[in-house]
Amino acid sequence: MYQKSLVELTADLQKGIYSSEELTRACLQRISAHDERLNSFVTVTEAQALVAAQAADVAIKAGSAGPLTGIPFAHKDIFCTNGVKTSCGSRMLDNFIAPYDATVTEKLLEAGAVMIGKTNMDEFAMGSSNETSFYGPVRNPWDETTVPGGSSGGSAAAVAARLVPASTGTDTGGSIRQPAALCGITGLKPTYGRVSRYGMIAFASSLDQGGPFTRSAADAAVMLGAMAGFDPRDSTSVERPVDDYVAQLNKPLQGLKIGLPKEYFGEGLDAAVGDAVAAAIDEFKKLGATVVDITLPNTHLSVPAYYVVAPAECSSNLSRFDGVRFGHRAENPKDLQDLYTRSRGEGFGEEVKRRILVGTYALSAGYYDAYYLKAQQARHLIRDDFLQAFEQVDVIMGPTAPSVAFKLGEKADDPVSMYLSDIYTIAVNLAGLPAISVPAGFCNGLPVGLQVIGNYFDEARLLNVGHQYQQVSDWHTRSPQGFE
Amino acid sequence: MEWETVIGLEIHTQLATRSKIFSGASTTYGAEPNTQACAVDLGLPGVLPVLNAEVVRMAAMFGLATHSTVASRSVFARKNYFYPDLPKGYQISQFELPIVHDGYLDIELEDGSSKRIGITRAHLEEDAGKSLHEAYLGKTGIDLNRAGTPLLEIVSEPDIRSAKEAVAYMKKIHALVRYLGISDGNMQEGSFRCDANVSVRPQGQQEYGTRAEIKNINSFRFVEQAINYEVERQIMLLEGGGTVVQETRLFDADRHETRSMRSKEEANDYRYFPDPDLLPVELDEAFLDAVRKTLPELPDARKARLVSEHGLSEYDAAVLTASRELADYFEAAVQAAGGAGKLTANWVMGELSGALNKSDCDITNSPVSAAALGGLLLRIEDGTISGKIAKQVFETMWKGEGSADDVIEQQGLKQISDSSAIEGIIRDVLDNNPKQIEQYRGGQEKLFGFFVGQVMKATQGKANPKQVNELLRKLLDS
Repeated sequence: MYQKSLVELTADLQKGIYSSEELTRACLQRISAHDERLNSFVTVTEAQALVAAQAADVAIKAGSAGPLTGIPFAHKDIFCTNGVKTSCGSRMLDNFIAPYDATVTEKLLEAGAVMIGKTNMDEFAMGSSNETSFYGPVRNPWDETTVPGGSSGGSAAAVAARLVPASTGTDTGGSIRQPAALCGITGLKPTYGRVSRYGMIAFASSLDQGGPFTRSAADAAVMLGAMAGFDPRDSTSVERPVDDYVAQLNKPLQGLKIGLPKEYFGEGLDAAVGDAVAAAIDEFKKLGATVVDITLPNTHLSVPAYYVVAPAECSSNLSRFDGVRFGHRAENPKDLQDLYTRSRGEGFGEEVKRRILVGTYALSAGYYDAYYLKAQQARHLIRDDFLQAFEQVDVIMGPTAPSVAFKLGEKADDPVSMYLSDIYTIAVNLAGLPAISVPAGFCNGLPVGLQVIGNYFDEARLLNVGHQYQQVSDWHTRSPQGFE
Repeated sequence: MEWETVIGLEIHTQLATRSKIFSGASTTYGAEPNTQACAVDLGLPGVLPVLNAEVVRMAAMFGLATHSTVASRSVFARKNYFYPDLPKGYQISQFELPIVHDGYLDIELEDGSSKRIGITRAHLEEDAGKSLHEAYLGKTGIDLNRAGTPLLEIVSEPDIRSAKEAVAYMKKIHALVRYLGISDGNMQEGSFRCDANVSVRPQGQQEYGTRAEIKNINSFRFVEQAINYEVERQIMLLEGGGTVVQETRLFDADRHETRSMRSKEEANDYRYFPDPDLLPVELDEAFLDAVRKTLPELPDARKARLVSEHGLSEYDAAVLTASRELADYFEAAVQAAGGAGKLTANWVMGELSGALNKSDCDITNSPVSAAALGGLLLRIEDGTISGKIAKQVFETMWKGEGSADDVIEQQGLKQISDSSAIEGIIRDVLDNNPKQIEQYRGGQEKLFGFFVGQVMKATQGKANPKQVNELLRKLLDS
């Protein structure tokens, strides 16, 4: 049953072919059998999951079940879960038991989904390979010598390896889409403000957005339907009704206008990845879509702008981890300064420290205008590029990442090269747009992701486009060797 | 050399909301430590601030009442620094775009003239928690009940030229926020406190001198003392050939002096930037019109009205409108006293204020209500009792022993205004003092007072003094 999609599992549960408890036990079994190799989970909440599954079975029998009732899933360990360790992949929060639920946690709980555990991630979501986690790297199930991508690497690997049918992630510069691409699954980053950030530990507040990992776009439609919505506890969430994503999956793509930005197909793109993406786009033509060459002329500003804005916000967001109220606290501090210095020095890893320093510098008196303000201006230019493009086209397509999964350790000592692996995803966060990554082929046995970028709140169209493509392709149904 | 003092004040006033500026936790003062701090106030990972709409309304009221611009768009910013009672490691404040800016307030000086003090800006921010250093031996306790309490920081132009002016300005702002009902102004509880930027320069010099900032002064008296000390310190320093360094100083209320806290070099770089968790506050004309309609009568307008309606002096009107509660009391008492404005003013500023001071009591919980005082004054007006007896009645009323009429009735204090009765008493007095009559008629006219005294004594002060005077003169001179 672990090979089935979320939609299929829902149907089976409701027909009574197996119970949620059986399904949950099967997932727990998969985790204990395979996760030692992958390291995709930080915490497995077995007892809690079984209780939730039994409650779901009662609801199913009573006929009050929804599409997620009884479906096991995993949370990225960045979402606060009441009474469960919420580590954010950091030593700083290794001892942190969240005393409340994130809004997304609450919503999935209300939908009857069964949380089975918390997944590994780059520390505080800072990374593109899941190598910055305090709990060690996650391995890509397609090739365990490669990375799963990051920062939501554990969530992506767990779905790819068929340990769970769905998981949650967060995307600040590509942290859902890039690992989805590298692991051969579907990952959606919604419009900024579509999914509440309350209870999602902040990395860069103006960029962070939660979203689902699934094996198919149809499954993602179900997950997003439960996760999305206005939240009065998040001032940046948008008061706007949630579309019926499932209902729009089957709209034909006849007449769809696809924009292909020349900046996404130039230097730096692995040729084989480019070929796979081109082949996928040909499939869309067969489905009746037309293709237009477009330009996003300020794309080159996105990585530099991102690496000012994101560190600046994180330098402030992570100030609360000071050893005073929660999290890691240095032993026997001799004074306040010592408490701060050692708690933070011991609690944070190298990449987190690097970004805090960069961000602190960028916000400092005398540098603010040259860095932070400039980056915000670049952000406006990047957003305007997209707005202009969407006057011409319905969606924008390109590769999700410039290459397939790279080797563990390959880029770990070269932050700039690591940062460039998000070159196609970062602009979307800076503009606050929604985008999806769907499996679009393989190079040397490793998955390639196709990124589809939509206009604001056009998630229904992205899921529709992804679903229609998945009706004529089978990349998303393939599972990695050893995990079939 | 003649020196000129230049002062600017930053007044922090706590807004009287029920819940905090960015969370639903209560703002009630005095609860057990950390019982009024929710997840948001504790700065737990993942929590987000949500703006309390009430603070925006209150700030807008203040802006409208001080002839300021209420910004159509203002932005919350993060002020970053580490301190154990600052849970997030930053304070949410407003920096480049405050909600209120460019206004003024007129203050009255001792010589009766008035002076305009510019208001540079007023911005919204959250308060920090409290560090308790004394209660825990060798440790510091953190109480976050206060964290997230809404503050309006009101920044003046450097228009103030003396400690007296500073106090007058601070009192005026204090009265204003209480009139507006946006703050209780309670200085003991820290709801109203100020930082003073003080510098001196040679008389006639254009450029400002180097300033020192005196932090966290929480009484009018201390403001005056702190500024006077600081001005003297700076002048002595300069006259001795030294220079003033830009620094933050603390006022020691026990020693009446300021001392250095940190210099400019040690000052934090707060790395302000717009808070990405909060949207800009956007206000339109319709909102401001609605707020304008809720503005109460302000102190200056009320003072002018008291002068014209009740014929009060400027001075009396200024005293009576210094606080909204006092002015409310006065107006209610006048009404109950049948419109006797001057008499009521004298009583409120005299007997009542004296009694309140003596028993350390606030006007809002005066044992003698405005209606009760008015009832007493009515009896002076209609001649039932004299002003002297009224003071006696007032004292009894103060002890809670009934209304003026009750007291007059029970103690038989009703004034004797019956001419024949008074005349009878006078005749008795005259009969008993033939020697004095002789002396009086012999030219010792000052004995007239003696006879008045005897009559009043015989009536326990209840005889109508005017009638006593008239009748006595008639009988003595006949």
